[in-house]
Amino acid sequence: MRNTTGQPRFDAVDFAAQYAAFIFLVMLVVAFALLQPNFLNPFNLLNVLRQVSISGLIAIGMTFVILTAGIDLSVGSMVALCGLAGAYVAKGGLDSRFAIGAAEQAGNPVWMAVAVSIAVGMTAGAIQGLAITRLRVPPFVVTLGGLSAWRGAALLLSDGGPISGFSADYTWWGQGRIWTIPVPVLLFVAAAILAHVVLRYTRFGLHVYAVGGNAAAATLNTISTRRVIFSVYVIVGFFCGLAAFILSARLNSAEAVAGLGLELDVIAAVVIGGTSLFGGVGTIFGTVCGALLIGVLRNGLILMNVSSFVQQIVIGVILVLAVAIDQAAMARRGR
Amino acid sequence: MAPLLKLTGITKNFGAIEALAGIDIALGHGEVVGLMGDNGAGKSTLVKIIAGNFAPSAGEIQLDGRTVRFESPLDARKAGIEVVYQDLALCDNLSAALNIFLGRELTRGVGPFRFLDRRAMAERASALFAELKTNTVPSDLVKSMSGGQRQAVAIARTRLADPKIVLMDEPTAAISVRQVAEVLELIRTLSRAGHTVVLISHRMPDVFTICDRVIVLRRGTKVADKPIGATSPEEVTGLIIGAIETA
Repeated sequence: MRNTTGQPRFDAVDFAAQYAAFIFLVMLVVAFALLQPNFLNPFNLLNVLRQVSISGLIAIGMTFVILTAGIDLSVGSMVALCGLAGAYVAKGGLDSRFAIGAAEQAGNPVWMAVAVSIAVGMTAGAIQGLAITRLRVPPFVVTLGGLSAWRGAALLLSDGGPISGFSADYTWWGQGRIWTIPVPVLLFVAAAILAHVVLRYTRFGLHVYAVGGNAAAATLNTISTRRVIFSVYVIVGFFCGLAAFILSARLNSAEAVAGLGLELDVIAAVVIGGTSLFGGVGTIFGTVCGALLIGVLRNGLILMNVSSFVQQIVIGVILVLAVAIDQAAMARRGR
Repeated sequence: MAPLLKLTGITKNFGAIEALAGIDIALGHGEVVGLMGDNGAGKSTLVKIIAGNFAPSAGEIQLDGRTVRFESPLDARKAGIEVVYQDLALCDNLSAALNIFLGRELTRGVGPFRFLDRRAMAERASALFAELKTNTVPSDLVKSMSGGQRQAVAIARTRLADPKIVLMDEPTAAISVRQVAEVLELIRTLSRAGHTVVLISHRMPDVFTICDRVIVLRRGTKVADKPIGATSPEEVTGLIIGAIETA
């Protein structure tokens, strides 16, 4: 049927692809609330939110990348490298890696640790962005290389061991609360709002959608496709640096095995949230719902004493279903 | 009156291949000129030279009597030359209004930041569609549009800057018969508004319906340049395939 009235038609598959995560999230919350009274306990809910905020922060950055039809598989390894770099600076070197109390004074202030962690993430992202835009290596391959290389760099930097025992100023960023709300959750919410504004209301945000929708058309309309693609990998690097710092603060430790397999949770959150792997379609709201959905599912299944092995299977199946819905929506669009 | 665009001795070599050999063309204000030729005749190369995608190997381009050199499509756009590409260069995932303004979005300042002014873009798009007399809705996503409506979006985009020349590459190649009529009407509207239109087409009826003049290229040379009233589809066909040498 041709659309002759000029009114956008309601398309159930399209709608499902856009809002499936939100609808499913609400259903899950209701189900767990009925099955497990403890689920709605405010402490439990805040705990879920705090756990979600690490992968959620990175998923916000990953949304930019996937909107350009790219992918970043290296985020887990980047978290390890960034966290160690920040911890290294905070402690003033490896010699005092386990030092606590007086020896802490030898280290550097917390703001310097945050700055270094984020700078390392953005630099790693920039290197990957350059490899993608200048060497024309596909994002999948570049970031698969990064997945290996950044983990190796993290092991080299830390000599294989952890760096732990931070000052209270440092750990506050992972363990502290403001009006009972955990600090990581506040950062996650602030980052989500900021990212939403950038994507929806700025020229750069529009260009991210345009590049993902039709890169050739974007180029013909004088948009620098290269600059946009480079930028999204720097953005995801920024969020890796921030998340790595918060993770090390929460665990009071940074180590080279941190963030192992984190890319799965992050990509799953974005894709379940309705962002199309083909690029050009998706929202930060969807990503936040996707991240919450995974967190709620994990938590609810734990409360119901379901084995963590089964949890992995459930999350895997949901991920595949989300992409199946996306594919169906693509077929509707006639591509 | 001096011609709006004057090409003199335009030649383009790709290695040993001579795609264009000394083309001379003059375009007047508000003219609709059909550019015809078989595949490989040099139509696309010529259009890309005028649009700034390629620099000519030799020859001169004059716009309003001034010699110009385009380093990029952006230069050509700034000089008042707009192109409607064969594949239209639209982003399916964006609305009609955003597609029109892509790359030159309207923004408004809030403190030190600049944000997209979606309402202003929708209003301007609405006005452009009204001028073009099309039923296209600014807020519709391009993916939900008919071929004719998509053409309208691509043509509306060229009117943003009030261009001197609009180059249209095969605008009727991929759409239904009824939509062809819509697109030809859009071209007429452009011409009436004083824009010069170059229509690259394979379709004889389109050219004879709306063009004032037809230029025929064959193997990189201009073999005909005639007012439409002084020729016939039969003659043009003969010129394209080489049955008639020149006219």
